[in-house]
Amino acid sequence: MNEATLLLSKKSEKTFMSSAAQDKAQANQIAPELSNDKLIDMLKSMMQIRRFEERTMQSYMQQKIGGFCHIYIGQEAVAVGSISALKSDDPIVGAYRDHGFALARGMDPKYAMAEMFGKVTGCSKGKGGSMHFFDKEHHMYGGHAIVGGQCPLGTGLAFASQYEKKDNVTLCYLGDGAVNQGAFHEAMNLAAIWNLPIIFVLENNSYSMGTHINRGTAMANDLRAKAEAYGMRYAECDGLDVLDVYTTFKREVDKTRNAKNPQWERGMIPSYKREGEANGPCFMNVKTYRYKGHSMSDPQKYRAKEEVEAKQELDPINRLVNLLIEKNISTQDQIDEFDKAAKAEAQAAVKYANESPDMPQEELFTDIYVNPYGPYKKGELPEMLKGKDLGE
Amino acid sequence: MRNVQYREALREAMQEEMRTDDRIFLMGEEVAEYNGAYKVSQGMVEEFGARRIIDSPISETGFAGLGVGAAMYGLRPIIEFMSWSFCLVAADQIINNAPKMLYMSGGQFGCPAVFRGNNGAGGQLGSTHSWCVESMFSSVPGLKLAVPSTPRDAKGMLKAAIRDEDPVFYLESERMLGMGARGDKDFSRYLANGKWAPPTFEEDDNFVIDFGKADIKKAGADCTIVTAGRPVHFALEAAEQLEKEGIDIEVIDVRTYRPLDIETIVNSVRKTNYCVVVDQSWPFASVASEIASQVYERCFDDLDNSIIRVNNDDVPAPYNRTMEQEMLPNARKIIEAVRNVTYNA
Repeated sequence: MNEATLLLSKKSEKTFMSSAAQDKAQANQIAPELSNDKLIDMLKSMMQIRRFEERTMQSYMQQKIGGFCHIYIGQEAVAVGSISALKSDDPIVGAYRDHGFALARGMDPKYAMAEMFGKVTGCSKGKGGSMHFFDKEHHMYGGHAIVGGQCPLGTGLAFASQYEKKDNVTLCYLGDGAVNQGAFHEAMNLAAIWNLPIIFVLENNSYSMGTHINRGTAMANDLRAKAEAYGMRYAECDGLDVLDVYTTFKREVDKTRNAKNPQWERGMIPSYKREGEANGPCFMNVKTYRYKGHSMSDPQKYRAKEEVEAKQELDPINRLVNLLIEKNISTQDQIDEFDKAAKAEAQAAVKYANESPDMPQEELFTDIYVNPYGPYKKGELPEMLKGKDLGE
Repeated sequence: MRNVQYREALREAMQEEMRTDDRIFLMGEEVAEYNGAYKVSQGMVEEFGARRIIDSPISETGFAGLGVGAAMYGLRPIIEFMSWSFCLVAADQIINNAPKMLYMSGGQFGCPAVFRGNNGAGGQLGSTHSWCVESMFSSVPGLKLAVPSTPRDAKGMLKAAIRDEDPVFYLESERMLGMGARGDKDFSRYLANGKWAPPTFEEDDNFVIDFGKADIKKAGADCTIVTAGRPVHFALEAAEQLEKEGIDIEVIDVRTYRPLDIETIVNSVRKTNYCVVVDQSWPFASVASEIASQVYERCFDDLDNSIIRVNNDDVPAPYNRTMEQEMLPNARKIIEAVRNVTYNA
């Protein structure tokens, strides 16, 4: 197997390299709208997440990070490919495996790491932790830790942008475990009846914790049925291939962007088609894989090592590296430099988190109410947002 | 003074606020084309259109959560639960997401949403439809919880709720929706006695009742009754009867359980030296228990007897008409409690 995929262990000094296995991987057509710069940005973004997550794991093992901690390694192409297809003010919201899409959306890794260290300089001032990253500047409406609970929130964001007559598209990320929650189905139904500009992004890594999707989800072999049940557009893409993710999202985001609510017209009784509306919401099945356990405390007894290794052969970062070299868009030396920079950035994030002040006692009673009373106090915005224009 | 029903007062509050702020919308089951399951939103879709007055499917988790998301984005949702009993299926959205978002996001995303609807026994609806949620929900930091008892309060407090930047749980009562500010049998007795606070109805569009300010619905010297919402009327009924027995009751309507105006309660108890707390939720770990506890902490030396709590009986709400009345913290129970606490038994 390719050693580059073992970077998290002692072999983490290995570089991302082309290999025979990847040569066999499906050759990618580079999307015409993707400039070389954008391709390189996507590579850097995936490397940033990978190296950040390695440091996250290391810091967790050192007990600098507590609580539940869900690692994004393996799924980088999903966040990076999908977010690359968005406008900068399109809202995103997701579940607790949120490090990847927070960084891909533009959060500075130092604020992400500081949050996990429980420091007041963290993106949520040390009050949210790994599962609750938020970034108002980058329209990142949070990691949410109750499975499926973010789906109604996503419909709310899409509803609000439509209500305000803005042309935003909301991406609502969910894991395959969330498909069995009532909140998911209620959100899908509302998105369909009001034709909301939302894409439900199923990060389908085949496991809800340790339960294989086929054991927990009826019709797991044909998830199109979930979309058809709501007369919603369905699409799928290879979540281990950032270009496939990007091109699929680009197409579907554009279709979703101008979704109009038919029921704004009084007396309108909507009708539905199984394939959904061309200009309406979408359910996107992104087939991905997580190389690490569900959380840091997962011994992974439910799946074979060989299964993980087979998927690691398809590493999304290595695949893009191969392609860039093959197409003479980049060189191995340049890629090594990008990687070096990603590692340095992750290391700097740890340093920042380490050196940041702890969450002080007085913060315990702030940010509970915007209009506080009694023992509660008005809080200040996180360090990350100070001096930023939040459009208010 | 106009005779404005409680439901009309709620409607006026929403209409007035919606006319000045396009970010406010009303969503709930049957709020638009049906004209409101209880006619609270009657005519509003005509005025504001289907974009702002929105019929939702029966999908509380979905539309309550939608309200939270829309509020995070910057809108001002009013989410109507036909009954607070039905909010239980949306618990994750309303008690996990709405009140904790600001804290979990380190102050980035608040939730300026109002969740409102009927609370408490409607009238022979049985146990699943007769929930009183104040005790359960007022223990959650991050939300505000209001229980208006009169049309005037219903309007002024709802306007405050809509303007508030924090999530507000607004607990109305099906049994009070038809209650008027004048001429209604429930109110005539207040007007009959000059000592009792007469009901008034403000005509000023900017009339707002701030949260956290209790209202002394009837001043009195002999015993303090602390309550809110529909039981305020049970307490006033009891006070009327007790007055004939020479016991002069002070009825404090706390109006909001969160924030709680403990100062007004404490000042009253220091004056009367006796206290009964009336609350339409179950007794165990109820708002009555909390208020009693806070009064004990602050007024131990002022009290001339133990505090007595009058709650719903500790049973599920029955269907039987007589037994349902019996289960509630009705005037008879309050009268007994006051007689006991003031050594007049």
